[in-house]
Amino acid sequence: MEKIKTLADLKRIKENVQAKIDLREKSEQSGELIQIKVAMATCGIAAGSKEVMNYFIDHLEENGIRAVVTQTGCMGYCYAEPTVEITKPGREPIVFGEVTTKRAGEIIQKYLKNDELVEGIIPVNYHTIQE
Amino acid sequence: MQNLSDHIMDIAQNAIRANATRVEIDVEESEARDALVLVIRDNGDGMDADTVQRVTDPFFTSRTTRKVGLGVPLLKQNAEATGGRLSIRSAPGKGTAVEATFSRSHLDRPPVGDIAGTIVLLAAANPGMEVRYRYVTDKGTYTFSSGETRTFLGDTPLDDPEIVAALREMIAENIKDIQV
Repeated sequence: MEKIKTLADLKRIKENVQAKIDLREKSEQSGELIQIKVAMATCGIAAGSKEVMNYFIDHLEENGIRAVVTQTGCMGYCYAEPTVEITKPGREPIVFGEVTTKRAGEIIQKYLKNDELVEGIIPVNYHTIQE
Repeated sequence: MQNLSDHIMDIAQNAIRANATRVEIDVEESEARDALVLVIRDNGDGMDADTVQRVTDPFFTSRTTRKVGLGVPLLKQNAEATGGRLSIRSAPGKGTAVEATFSRSHLDRPPVGDIAGTIVLLAAANPGMEVRYRYVTDKGTYTFSSGETRTFLGDTPLDDPEIVAALREMIAENIKDIQV
């Protein structure tokens, strides 16, 4: 493959991606998207949240999942970093703790695809030491 | 924090929390001056002089979810361990600039890390924000702008995995050209 040095070199890739997206939009009704928020504060970064976020970006599409991946701050669960908050449309958000890339894979296969819960969920009524 | 890219992501996260719409990341590396300077500038809420004084204190944070804030203190510690320093310029409504200076050849200077991945991740995860990265060395300057990239891409999303991978490669290639 040719080296990509400037935005102009991206043109072909851009066209491919756009064609793929056009095809997808024709074939399915695009409703609301799943929101995936990766906690990216000092505690999260130190625990490897960047790798986890990259993992989600790289692996959602090949699993046929359409989601928006964004970053957020610390949710106060520093002991359980990396943490990821996932909101399926019309559902309550769920916070997953200790999300390694391995667990991110499980989340994609089980929770996102089949609604099965996986280990490491932080209950909403969990009180931290400061409360 | 294992490397400077992690610090960049960390300080940029502070900018995002301060409602910035523009974050500028400058990495200046000079063999001749034996210096590595990292500047992260944002146009967010900014801080008053009193707050600026306190952000390098690990027991100061604006958060209520926990009582410590280690991002800035850790960067300061790493900079000072190499004989460098950390300075912050900020004013309410004017944004903030964090500058960390390192002795480039010092053994304790953390490696730069995956800077291309970090910049692309920042750009992909924050659609409403301009992320500008500038790398300056003795050999030249490279600038990446997420706004310019989005304009080029048009309707094609920047956070598509293929685009993310291509941008990562583009930035890494350009860095390699002028690296010292």
